[in-house]
Parts: sequence; C-alpha cells; structure tokens
Amino acid sequence: MSGTGPRESIFPTRMALTNTKTRLKGAQTGHSLLAKKRDALTTRFRAILRKVDEAKRKMGRVMQLASFSLAEVTYATGDISYLVQEQAKTATFRVKAKQENVSGVILPAFEVDRVSGTDFNLTGLGRGGQQVLKAKEVYAKAVETLVELASLQTAFTILDEVIRATNRRVNAIEHVVIPRLENTVKYILSELDEMDREEFFRLKKVQGKKKRDADKAEAARMIEAGDGDETSIEADTKEESTEQAGNLLNDRDEDVIF
Amino acid sequence: MEALFFNVSTGFLEGILRGYKAGLLTQGHYSNLTQCETLEDFRTQLSTTDYGNFLANEPSPISTSTIAEKATQVLVDQFNFLRTNAVEPLSKFLDYITYAYMIDNVVLLITGTLHERDTHELLERCHPLGVFDTLPALCVASNVEELYHTALVETPLASYFRECLSAADLDALNIEIIRNTLYKAYLEDFYNFCASLGSPTSDIMHRILSFEADRRVINITINSFGPDLSKERRAKLFPTIGRLFPEGNNNLARADDVEQVRAAVEYVPEYRSFFETSTQSSGQSNGNPDGYEDHGLASHLEDRFFAQEVHLNKLAFLQQFSYAVFYSYVKLKEQEIRSLTWIAECIAQNNRERIGEYIGTF
Repeated sequence: MSGTGPRESIFPTRMALTNTKTRLKGAQTGHSLLAKKRDALTTRFRAILRKVDEAKRKMGRVMQLASFSLAEVTYATGDISYLVQEQAKTATFRVKAKQENVSGVILPAFEVDRVSGTDFNLTGLGRGGQQVLKAKEVYAKAVETLVELASLQTAFTILDEVIRATNRRVNAIEHVVIPRLENTVKYILSELDEMDREEFFRLKKVQGKKKRDADKAEAARMIEAGDGDETSIEADTKEESTEQAGNLLNDRDEDVIF
Repeated sequence: MEALFFNVSTGFLEGILRGYKAGLLTQGHYSNLTQCETLEDFRTQLSTTDYGNFLANEPSPISTSTIAEKATQVLVDQFNFLRTNAVEPLSKFLDYITYAYMIDNVVLLITGTLHERDTHELLERCHPLGVFDTLPALCVASNVEELYHTALVETPLASYFRECLSAADLDALNIEIIRNTLYKAYLEDFYNFCASLGSPTSDIMHRILSFEADRRVINITINSFGPDLSKERRAKLFPTIGRLFPEGNNNLARADDVEQVRAAVEYVPEYRSFFETSTQSSGQSNGNPDGYEDHGLASHLEDRFFAQEVHLNKLAFLQQFSYAVFYSYVKLKEQEIRSLTWIAECIAQNNRERIGEYIGTF
C-alpha cells in the first residue's frame, strides 16, 4: 500500500496525481531511451575493444620492424640521429583531431596527415641513403599505427566512462525513480479513495441526521394535530434540550413503540 | 729500392699491424657469436677473442650502442699507438686516414653551430678518430665564415674547403652536399698522395680508393633520383677518380632510375655483377607483402659494396712493404665493428632470420 517504499512528499490531490502520472510516463520513456543508448554504446565499445586488441598486436610487430630498420641504418651509415634532428625543420607527420558522434557521445578521432617533406632526403647521400629512406617509411608506418591506437584507446576510455554513467542512470531510473513515482501514485490513489469513503460516510451521516430531524418534526406535527397535550410535549422538548443523550434513547424507544 | 729500406722505419709497425690483423675475428668466432642467445653470452664469447675484457666494466644490461662504442675505442687505441710510433711518410698516410673522420666531425659541428646547440654534447658525438686539437674551437665560432677563418684554416681540411666552397656556400648549401663535396676533394687528394708514395702502396691504394670513389658515385646517384638535387650539382659531387671516371660518371650524372645506373656501370664486370644478383634477389622478394621490394635492391647493393670493400682490403695484406695494409686494417676493423653491432642488434631484437647478414672479414 502507500506505506511501503519511499514516495515523494506531496499533497495527495488530483492535480498531483496527474502530474506524477505524467512524470512516471516520462521516466519510463527515458528509461527505454537510455537502455537503447546503452546497448548502442556497448556494441560500439565491443567493436573498439576488438580493434584495440588488433592494433596493439600490430603495433608490436611494426615497432619491431621499425627498430630493426634503424639497426640497418646504423649498420650502413653509422649514427645519423644528430644530423636528422638538426635538419628537421617542419613536421612532415602531423596528427589531426576531429570529432565523431556516437549516440550523443563525442569521441575524438585522430587522423594522420603526411606532408612529403624534403627535410632529410639527402641524409646518407654518400652511403646508406636507401636504408635511411626505408627506416623513415617504416617509422612513419609505426607512428601511424600508434596514432590509430591512440584514437582507439581514447575512444575506449571515454566510451567506458559514458557506458558506466548511462548504466548508472538506467539503473537509477529503473530501481529508484520509477518505484518511487509508482509508490506516489499508489499513495495518492489510496488517499483519494480514503477521502472518497470519508466523504461518502459523512454524506450518509448528514442524510441520516436530516432524516431523523424530519421524522421528529413529523411526529411533533402529528401530536399537535392529534389530541395530545401540548404541555407534556413541550416538557419533553425541554427535557431533550437539557439532556440529549437520554433523549436519544427515548427517541429510539418511541420509534420502537411507533 | 722501396722494399730495401722499408723495414728500417716501418718494419716494426707493420709487424704490430699484422699482429692486430691476426686478432680480427674469424669465421669461427662469428658463427659462435651468432649462436648466442643473449647479449651476456655475446659478451662472454667476445672475451675469449682479442677484444678481451673490453666490456668487463659495463653494467649488466648492455646496449648495442655500448658495444659499438667500446669496440671503436679498441680500434682507436690501436690506431693511436700506430700513429704515435710512425714516422714520415707513414705518419702522413695515417693522418690521411683520419681526415675522413675529421670531415664527418666538422660537418657535425657545423650543423650544430648553425642550430646553436650545446657544444659539449656535440663533441661527445664526434668520432674519436677524427678528433683534432682545434676541433673544440669550432664550437666558439658563431657563424660559418668566422668558423672558417678562426678554426678551419688551421686544419688540414682547409684546402678542401678553400677549393670547393666559399663562405656563402656554407650558409646556403645543404649540409649533406657540403659533406660530399669535402669527401670528394679528400678522396682525390688522398689518391694523389698515394701516387706520390710509389708502388706498391699506390697500386693497392688506388684500387681501394677507386672502388671507394665508384661506390660513392653510384650511391649518390641512387640516392638523389628525386628532384632535390639537380643533375649538374650531382655531377659536381662525383670524385674524378675511379674506374667509372669519366665516361661512367657522365652517364651516371644523367641517370634517372636504377636501370640507367646499371647501364652506366655495365662495362665494369664487378659492378655489373652487383646489379645482376641484386635484381634477382629483389625479384624474389617481390612476393613480400610489406612493400619493401623497392628498397630490396638498394640494400643488397649496399651489402655487396661492403663485401667488395672487405675483399679488396683483404687483398692488401697479400703484399709486403706497403702502407696500404694500415688503411685496410682500419677499414676491416670498422667493418668488424659494424658486423658485431649487427649481430648484437639481431640478438637484442630477437631477429634470428637476418643474423647471418653480417660481412665477416677472415
């Protein structure tokens, strides 16, 4: 009944009932929408998880290749790191960030933007230039994989957080908000019923009283109209006004006698 | 007559050197080294060779660069011993060997100076064979012209700079072009110096230096196919010595792709064989999905050049009474260090398939 479970503290009126019912409906719609969102996000999350796994494995391979190609460069030309560092003036490998919308969640996505630079094309001109070029290519690939992994990983953490929040909301609506609203509705209904019954009883009571008064008036008229002495009846009415409880009993007796 | 008095001044050092040469790693050592599972094993294996305990004081996780550095140090110590005991003209000859490293160091410092880097960091990166007294002074100069007038004039490299580059060039040109121009001048100068030493040194050295020059010509051509280097400028970088000079050089200066390079070097049998075999092996690797087949040819070419260089340097030891053995020893030792680094790198990166691609010396 209305006493079980928490409910909102409002006055049980018809208007409050309408309001609460509207809110309950809203909560149910919200719940189904959020549940749908959660499902969509989870699907996406699983896909990303798979991709992250693939990308990580790929990264391992690519990084190994890359560091090995650097070893080849060292074999062919010696240490070129300093020259390369000094001659690099502009970035030839840039990362662009853009946004992607998945069911209302904004995920950052990183994109590789390669500018074919001329910065150290001549490194290793006399010896090992091809190895340098190869190492450059392989490392560019490795960085591409890293960028891919980074965008996946960011999406992964953000999605994870959002899924948690959504789950919390779904559960909160399902287990707290909706029961409370339902309880409120029940409470208001029961209160209204109670008030109805009281009203009904009261009306009945009033009706009963009115009827009794009418009967009494009738009886008095009858006596007056008949041979009965006015004085005794007057005395009777006086008695009634002084001690009502006794008179009620008398009335009933009279009724029975009648 | 050369041979008659050779041993008076150089006999001792040649003896020492042939002793060093006997200490070069043999095929047996290499096959032992390639069997190593970890760099610790690698170190243990090396300690039984002439390298001895050169890695003994290194903390346990050894990096490959440490190995290379320490091995280079061994070579530098040996070289310095030879250099301090040498008399003219061997001392001059040994100096010439160091000029190549000096060029690298000077170029490194010029790059650093142009970008205002910390000089100590730069000096640490210099090759120890190419360190000379005024090298630290290069760092003081604030611009390149000052650099030339204060420091470079004193060095033996000054003439190379004077012949090839004006101060304006130094600011404007790509540092790699400067390096190759200097190297060209160096090779030609060394070639002429060897000619003045007479036979048999000149015979052997000319063979080696010609090969070195040809190798540079071919490499520069292959590496400059792009639009970054104009053909006239490319032609200027070619040394005017070597078996490809002048006809091959002219053809190479106009070459646009590997096919034309191959056609240009066709008439030298050794070089032709490089390209033949390298195209075959790159043809095999065409099935490789990674997309490296473009580089296959060039890297094989590089390996063949190294092998040929080792071969020529080995031949130098067949002759008595020549200074060429000193040059050859340094080159062989360098190759050995490269091979060691390669093997160590393969072990460290667990790349067993390619561990055999080193070039052994003896």
